[in-house]
Amino acid sequence: MTWLRDHLGDVLGLTVQHIYLAGVPLILGLLIALPLGWLARRYRALYPILIIGTSLLYTIPSLALFIMLPFLLGTKILDPTNVVVAMTIYTVALLVRTVADGLGSVPEAVNQSATAMGYKRGRRFLAVELPLAVPVISAGLRVAAVSNVSIVSVAALIGVEQLGSLFTDGFNRDFMDPIIVGVIACVLLALLFDGAILGLTRLATPWQRAGKAPA
Amino acid sequence: MINRILAWLTDRNHWQGSDGILRRLVEHLGYSLTAVLIAALIAIPLGLYIGHTGRGRFLVVNLAGAARAIPSLGLLYLAVLWLGPKLSGDIAFLAPAGLVLVVLAIPPILSGAYAGVEGVDPDARDAATGMGMRGTEVLRHVEFPCALPLIMSGIRSATLQVIATATIAAVVGLGGLGRFLIDGLAVRDTPQTASGAILVAALALAVDMVLALVQRSVVSRGLTGRYAKAPTVETDNYTETGAKPPTPVLQPIA
Repeated sequence: MTWLRDHLGDVLGLTVQHIYLAGVPLILGLLIALPLGWLARRYRALYPILIIGTSLLYTIPSLALFIMLPFLLGTKILDPTNVVVAMTIYTVALLVRTVADGLGSVPEAVNQSATAMGYKRGRRFLAVELPLAVPVISAGLRVAAVSNVSIVSVAALIGVEQLGSLFTDGFNRDFMDPIIVGVIACVLLALLFDGAILGLTRLATPWQRAGKAPA
Repeated sequence: MINRILAWLTDRNHWQGSDGILRRLVEHLGYSLTAVLIAALIAIPLGLYIGHTGRGRFLVVNLAGAARAIPSLGLLYLAVLWLGPKLSGDIAFLAPAGLVLVVLAIPPILSGAYAGVEGVDPDARDAATGMGMRGTEVLRHVEFPCALPLIMSGIRSATLQVIATATIAAVVGLGGLGRFLIDGLAVRDTPQTASGAILVAALALAVDMVLALVQRSVVSRGLTGRYAKAPTVETDNYTETGAKPPTPVLQPIA
């Protein structure tokens, strides 16, 4: 693997770019999916519309979305914004259902208790429902994170630089080393994202460990 | 723009011939269904075995998760460079692309089969054993039918992913609907690219609808609570056990 030693700087630069392209959409997607998921719970009639609508987005191949977005957004084809928007769409598509189901997993008795204690709808959502839905939402977020890292690499086909560029570069030169490095870097990055979300979830749900403490 | 896409899609010449839409549709379906079939033949028995015996659970949780993290494009290029020179003709590209799609389809099907068997009501399993069924009989007559909804949703999400990902087979020179995307991109023919995208999404939806019908016909009505006359007693029992009708699991695509 002398190739990696000689190109470590390039690979690190591409990794940073990859983290940006896969990570920012994760945060944006979550911020968009939270109100949509809440709407889907609040108004039952909206649930099937939102769920089917967002699942439809998922059937669009990533390559097609990367190519089409510049025409829809009026951006340049090499603009990384296209990739961020595309990945945000996929993240939202995955998370709306997770958020709705997560909020649905909160026991009705808990909601009623909160209301009885004087929580208004908005505060009940932020202080009771959302924290209790964190484990389910986090599971969806982990799936989205891992798939984002993998899908972003396809953007190399339209020339947006990230770890996937190592694939096209290696293939064009009939040279496996960069491709192997790129695949391994992608998998490691996915594990990193996964671990980070797991860690944040642990911090956000201290009550999940309370039961394990000696009584 | 929409008019130009419609014009492209409704042009009779674009549908016929060796590089027409019909031919590409058939190719795309062929790659996708073959890959899902092979993946199902590997993943369903394995998932049933792991769910039934409880052995190798770490394999499902860890390996299936790690497999999802492998970028399909990188794996495709690696497979072509590695397997390509060892094979000749179209197979040199078909085999690597098939391999990538099978690797992509295995995790969701495996997780579905495993989770389906593991989630079977322990009372149902006990009752089957109490009636004198042996291990494989319990698996065949109780666990498998009860696991079918989740097995089918695993197959459905695998199929969606495979149909979407099969488009990248075109970057190594294979056919399928990805050709319209890659060729359209190469010559900046946007209507062609957009039409290709629409066709892939439409194909994915159509196949998913067919699979939904298959699921409806193979899953026992005792599980779905869907009876001809909907007798109240059974449906009440159904809700009392706390079991929920299965919801399809959305999974990522590449």
